[in-house]
Order: sequence, then C-alpha cells, then structure tokens
Amino acid sequence: MQDRKSLIKTKDLVYEYIRRDEEGNVENLTEAVSHVDLEVQPGDFIAILGHNGSGKSTLAKHFNSILVPSEGTVWIEEMDSADEKNLWDIRQKVGMVFQNPDNQIIGQVVEEDVGFGPENMGVPTKEIWERVEESLKTVGMYEFRKYSPNKLSGGQKQRVSIAGVIAMHPQCIVLDEPTAMLDPRGRKEVIRAVRALNDVEKMTAILITHYMEEIVYADKVFVMDAGKVVMSGTPREVFSQVEKLKELRLEVPVVTELAYELKKAGLPMPDGILDSREFV
Amino acid sequence: MALIVDHLTHEYDEGGITVRALNDVSFSIHEGEFLGLIGHTGSGKSTLVQHLNGLLKPTSGNIYFYGKDIHDPEFDRRALRGKVGLVFQYPEHQLFEVTVFKDVCYGPRNLGLDENEVELRAYEALKQVGLGDENFYVSPFELSGGQKRRVAIAGVLAMKPEILILDEPTAGLDPKGREEILDLVVSIQEQTGMAIVLVSHSMDDVARYADRILVMDHGTVAFHDTPEKVFEHGEELEKMGLGLPQVTYLMRELAKETGLSVNTSAITIDQARDDLIRIAEAMRS
Repeated sequence: MQDRKSLIKTKDLVYEYIRRDEEGNVENLTEAVSHVDLEVQPGDFIAILGHNGSGKSTLAKHFNSILVPSEGTVWIEEMDSADEKNLWDIRQKVGMVFQNPDNQIIGQVVEEDVGFGPENMGVPTKEIWERVEESLKTVGMYEFRKYSPNKLSGGQKQRVSIAGVIAMHPQCIVLDEPTAMLDPRGRKEVIRAVRALNDVEKMTAILITHYMEEIVYADKVFVMDAGKVVMSGTPREVFSQVEKLKELRLEVPVVTELAYELKKAGLPMPDGILDSREFV
Repeated sequence: MALIVDHLTHEYDEGGITVRALNDVSFSIHEGEFLGLIGHTGSGKSTLVQHLNGLLKPTSGNIYFYGKDIHDPEFDRRALRGKVGLVFQYPEHQLFEVTVFKDVCYGPRNLGLDENEVELRAYEALKQVGLGDENFYVSPFELSGGQKRRVAIAGVLAMKPEILILDEPTAGLDPKGREEILDLVVSIQEQTGMAIVLVSHSMDDVARYADRILVMDHGTVAFHDTPEKVFEHGEELEKMGLGLPQVTYLMRELAKETGLSVNTSAITIDQARDDLIRIAEAMRS
C-alpha cells in the first residue's frame, strides 16, 4: 500500500475557530479539528462518524478547499490545499454533496441542473450532454431527466445532487450526511447509488453519517471526537467496541447490538458482527 | 377521546390542477397515548399534523377536540394552538429571542396569560426538558444543536398542551442525541400525561416507543394499529417506501436460514434478545 499515491492526505491538520465578543476582540480559540493525520487511497470507501460537533464536517470541508488549515497541511493528490492556484484543480477532483437536497439544486429541469457543473468547467456542449446522461444513469435518475426538481422526492433530489457532482468527473465524492433528511426508501436509494459509484465506477467515496448501518460496507471508518480521530479501522474492528462507541455518543448497527446483547447473556457470539448473514 | 378526525379531506390548487393531499382520513387520538405517525415524504403526514391544531382548514370533514368541532365559529382556535402543541422539524431554526428564557415565554404570552404565569410556565418547561439554570439567560444561539432543540420543545411545553406533536424531532442529531430526545419525550408523557404524536422516519423508533402507529400513504390511512399488528404488513409497508424495524428483518432471515422457530414478529432488540435466549436454552437442554 505504501507505494500507492494517496488521493487525500492530511498531516497535523488543525482548524481553529475564533470566537469574538461584540467589540470584535478575540474571546477564545477552539480547535474544531485538532491534529488530524489521515490518508485516503484511490478507490476507498471511507466513513467518518462522530457526534454532533465532533468536527467531522469541518474536516470534510478541507477535502475540497472550502476550508484551509490553520496549521498543518492537506494534500489532494500532492497538491497543497492552501495554495490558491490549486483551488480549481482540487474542486474538480473532489466533489461535495450536503445534507439538505433543497439547497443544492438550482436548475429548473433535472438534466439542466446536472449539466451546470461541466458547463462551468468549459466542457464542450456535446460532451456535457453525454456526461449528463451517463451521470443520471449511474444514480438511476435518467428517466426523470425532463422533470422539474421540485416534483422529486428527497431521495431522488439527493441522487440528482450526486449526479451533478459526478458529471464533473471528480475522483472523489464527499457526502456530508446525505440521508439525514430522507425517509427509509430515500436513504436506501442514496446509499445504493453511493455504493454503486464506489464498486462499479471505482470512485473514491467519503461518507459522513449518523446511521451506523450505512457504513458496514466501508473499507475504513474514522471516528471523531473533539476534533480528533479517536478510532479508526475496518467496520468490524470499530463496531466490536460497543461500549467505547456509546461513550462517544454513537451506537452500533442493530444486528451488532443484538449479537452483543446475546453475548452478554452468555451465548457464544463473536465480536463485531455486521450483517444478518454473519449473524445466522 | 382527545381528538377525533372524521372524514377529513384536504385539497389544494397547483397550477389549475386540484391535488388531494388528504383523502377521507378518519382516526382518533386517545388521551395520554403515544401515537407514531409514519409515511414516506409526500404521503400527507405534514398536512395532517397541521390540521390537528387548526393551522389548515379542511376541504371537507371535521376535527373534534374533546368533542368540540374546531372549525365551529364559536370555537376558540387561538386557545387550540396551545392545547395541541406542534413542534416543527428543525424547530431550533425558529428560535429568535435574545435569551433562552424570553424565547420560551413567547408561546404562553401569546395565549394572553398574565406575566407571572408566563414566567412560571417558562421556568417549569425549561426544567422539564432538562436545561440547567446557567443556560436560562444566554442567547439560544450559543447552545449546542441538541440544547437548542430542547429549548424549542420547551417553548411548546410552556403552553401546557394536551397533545404534543413532534415532527421528526431527532432529524440531524447523533445517535445519543436521538436517544436523549426520545427519552425526554417519554418522560414528558409520563410526568404530564399528555398524548404524544411522533412523526418519524425510523421504524425502530416507532416500534420501540409507540402504543399505536398511524401509517399514511397517498393521503389516506393505510394502517392504524399497535406496532405488532402494523409490522405484520412488511410487504405493503415496503411498497409504500417504508419498511420494518431492522431487528424484524434479522429475525425473519434467521427463521428462513436456520429453520428454527424464531419469533419473526419481534420488533425491538429486547424482544429479539429474549426470544433468541429462549431458543438457545431450549437447544441446550
């Protein structure tokens, strides 16, 4: 693994948040992200967990230079994210999808919305349409291409947002709680689309979520608390530490929790069971 | 019966086309019960809850609050807003006052109560949601997300409702935050005896907390029964974009794969655990 070039690498990353009083004097400094070192390899499916206010969104915003470090360095394919001349290239390599589908869609028609990104990048018209078609097919929204976005469900809107990002042909997509506002079907649709992107298209995916069952297929999980990465490993490694996760205001998937409860009751169950097949 | 919805239909006009958001909906809410309200986005849940405290006017049908028609000209609908308290989604977005305490006073003051009573109620409500005195006189914007949401809930509690409706109160919170809010709702119900209507996208939460579940689909009531009964309809629920509690799926798979007589209608982790322990013990002996 060592010789592979990292897609994203952070070294001693610190992001300070300055609070000022009414006169504009600095009241205090808070480290929203505190000395984080991590690497993301091309093709990885990464999950980031952490309670509200643990710093996970602030960390994620460093991956496409929405924020730049107060201290330390972030490299996107060896480009320093704090160097303004890299901004354009970095934004093309790493796309972001946010929580609220209604804040991300600007087009009047689905296909128009998906075409905005590549159009802004100066992609030739013919290729824009090819990209729009391909992206909408990837997320299973091609049949809705002529629809007005406000006729779509939350899950469908989020998939259009994802299509809008992948039409720019990024190497990595960062999703910040993309399912938080969706109903069960919408959540399933979005997670299925993200997994397909990663599995089939080999796109690197970074998923921030509060839903544990969405990340059992991740290659690697980072757990954040107070701005620091406090746990990392495969889902199995992380989810075998049920008590520690609970201390961090998190939980484990229901299947894992049930196996844990049975083990406590004296039944012979292994740690860190992730899906029902293993449970059986 | 605290509230009766009788043949409620709600239509609205969208670009010259009449859309029927609610179609002949009838059900009732018992005094002090915990009702789970589920349905996919666009199923009519939000329209329905706005009818329950008179924010919308039915196209046809009636709503009775303790036997009185809420759209009767004699009926005091302003008082109803206090009696049927509605906590919207992301309610912290509606905090606006300079201090937490003032924000919570806003609701009861609007009911026309005298100032002593207003402040007493605000104090009680903040205590009920577990907010410490040190937070009373700070700006609501200085609080954490979970605390802000508690303040917003306190604002509704201070009106002393008899029915408290919460529209996805756990949206956007971390797992611990979700559990804290739901435990808070249960403790409010136990302390005050008010009826709770919990609008939720989580089958696991309604399975765990609700006495009965109302399932909305395409503007109609698909099911209205105990969680055990409602979750017998797995296939229909999936067709509506809903589903079963995760643990029920697991138990079904266990039964299929192992042929053991697993209780496939277990809907909470506790039920599943007890059942599997029972089976394991039976196998051992």
